[in-house]
Amino acid sequence: MNTLTRAHLTEKIYAAMGLSRNESAVLLESVLSRISIAIAQGDSVKISGFGTFSVRQKSRRIGRNPKTGKEVPILPRKVLIFRPSQMLRDAVNDAPGGDADRQGQAH
Amino acid sequence: MTKSELIAELASEHPYLTLADVDRMVGVLFDEMTDALARGERVELRGFGAFTVKHRRARAGRNPRTGEMVSVEEKSVPFFKAGKELRERLNEPTGKSRNGARP
Repeated sequence: MNTLTRAHLTEKIYAAMGLSRNESAVLLESVLSRISIAIAQGDSVKISGFGTFSVRQKSRRIGRNPKTGKEVPILPRKVLIFRPSQMLRDAVNDAPGGDADRQGQAH
Repeated sequence: MTKSELIAELASEHPYLTLADVDRMVGVLFDEMTDALARGERVELRGFGAFTVKHRRARAGRNPRTGEMVSVEEKSVPFFKAGKELRERLNEPTGKSRNGARP
């Protein structure tokens, strides 16, 4: 399956903005870094039309090593939740995206 | 933080760009990611996380209010898994430190 990476996104920014490739890469990094900083501070980040990143606090619980059956404490921690916007959900769902549907597409 | 706050922060970080430029750039970015997911592709941003599309099979559900049986159709949903670095930053005592999302 195809994967979109930083290189692709940099290229798109480059093409759309008329900046240098290097500036485009710096900008992309800057976007990710700003979002990461907000999240790391426990802020939620809402990108309308795309989705919301939020931080959820998980409390301590007793887990079990599935291999040995031994009980191990899972410490309280924070986890990142992404809730896709309705627009993104619709875009993904209306697409011919299903694994089965993709067989007819060009390779 | 909202999208417009993000755009304002980016514009002050990169003074050679106007607010309108940054707005357009952020738009291009999230549009491209949306389009990739709509094509069923994954978006992988090392250190930050990966967006993928998960497929949910059709199932028999229930209207939680009435208890009535309804059939839920097969669907695809966007999914995000945070990258290792971001997950670790989330659980650092200070909440910040370390610059940039990239290793």
